[in-house]
Amino acid sequence: MDDYYRNSNANIHRGIHKLAEEATLAYEQAREKVSKFIGAKHTEEIVFVRNATEGLNLIALAWGRANINRDDKIVLTIMEHHSNIVPWQMIAKEKGAHVEFIEIDGEGILREDQVREKIDNTTKVVAVTHASNVLGTINAVEQIGRAAHRVGALFVLDAAQSVPHMRVNAKEIDCDFMVFSGHKMLGPTGIGVLYGKKQILENTPPFLGGGEMIREVHTTGATWNDIPYKFEAGTPNAAGAIGLGAAIDYLNKIGMRHIYDHELELTDYALEKMSHVGGTTIYGPKDPTRRVGVIAFNLGDIHAHDLASILDEEGIAIRSGHHCAQPLMEFLNVPATSRASFYIYNTKEEVDVLISALEKARKLFNL
Amino acid sequence: MSSDIYKDIILDYYRHPRNFGDLPDPDVRAKDSNPLCGDVIEMQLRIRDGKIDDLRFKGRGCAISQASASMLTELAKGKTLDEMKALGKEDILNMLGIDPGPTRIKCALLGLKVIKLGVYGYLGQTVTEEVKQLV
Repeated sequence: MDDYYRNSNANIHRGIHKLAEEATLAYEQAREKVSKFIGAKHTEEIVFVRNATEGLNLIALAWGRANINRDDKIVLTIMEHHSNIVPWQMIAKEKGAHVEFIEIDGEGILREDQVREKIDNTTKVVAVTHASNVLGTINAVEQIGRAAHRVGALFVLDAAQSVPHMRVNAKEIDCDFMVFSGHKMLGPTGIGVLYGKKQILENTPPFLGGGEMIREVHTTGATWNDIPYKFEAGTPNAAGAIGLGAAIDYLNKIGMRHIYDHELELTDYALEKMSHVGGTTIYGPKDPTRRVGVIAFNLGDIHAHDLASILDEEGIAIRSGHHCAQPLMEFLNVPATSRASFYIYNTKEEVDVLISALEKARKLFNL
Repeated sequence: MSSDIYKDIILDYYRHPRNFGDLPDPDVRAKDSNPLCGDVIEMQLRIRDGKIDDLRFKGRGCAISQASASMLTELAKGKTLDEMKALGKEDILNMLGIDPGPTRIKCALLGLKVIKLGVYGYLGQTVTEEVKQLV
């Protein structure tokens, strides 16, 4: 990114000069890196967006507006992030369609009976997170995708929580669309990815209109550019895309298998240690192999925000609150939870610090 | 912020909130939340002769928000509506006896905002910007 701003910093796909050429090349190389990283069949199946949220809005509002009709059903899960709920509610309201949620069992695993029952012939879209940002649950997405395709529904995967932490292959999962964000995988903020199967992207009308996305514009109308450019209106975040490409190089160098194993080891270690802290309630699967490296929990009657304040004093940053997943909080019947999360830079020693900070919180609150 | 804010008195009001629940036939109710953290407070007031005759609060959230709201109900009882309008941030900090620091001050002020919303609502007056910006 530093190199881009210092030495290229030209608008891409426009200028005839050398700087513009270099910038365009770097941007398109980043697209290729993303394409290989998630196992896309064609590079043009990769659309750069601002973040996973924008990708989901694009799918719901561009594909959805053209394909969802009155009385159609949109199937989501109770563990979705607000970004995979609100855009669908918006399009459902506009079209007179309705949204249904697959619920979870006591361990935070999607109920297979509801996957079977709720995905039926009236279903147009099934949009599911690969991994829960609260419970950590890794969902059986191949199976859900097959259920969606059996009834001819579109299968959308929110991979914001999985792509940074494990090997994810869009072709093997056979999702129609997939989204994720750069900032969750050591990349910069303001860059994200929408993957879409070539034929589906080609048949989806544009989301935003403007420069780059057109082939020809006349006073009487316009025709659209090819994919992926059709969905990249306006000057894109070229520096962000290049930064994401660099992040992918870095992740590849470490190896996704190694990253997954490291997080699994930390999660296993933390789950074991936390279960011995009196008064702790841990949400999500007990089996660490069914999770990504997030652990949502509550400690006695200490509110998550109080706990976050106390832990902050010990140098531990945890997320506290509803985690942009209010429907899940309501389902679990808790106002908020605390959440510890791990990545490649965390260590067992840091888990030990977390545990002693939790013990300190227990003392402060006389638990 | 320092964990010194979790003094016994704060924890006592958090776990055993005074004036918690519903008032039969309140003259005014007000409710607000802090969208950032989801803390919620509702206040129900009975007003006689321009004074707060009785009141209750309900809510959920962190120890600071709930203890502060509960302590405020004791402070407010018997005060005139003008006195309530004049209450400010400093009064709440004095009442709590702690400084929650910049990130948690809004937790401490949610109860004050809600009770003021009730007072302005009862008087049929427009809520001032100052009150709106408390939380």
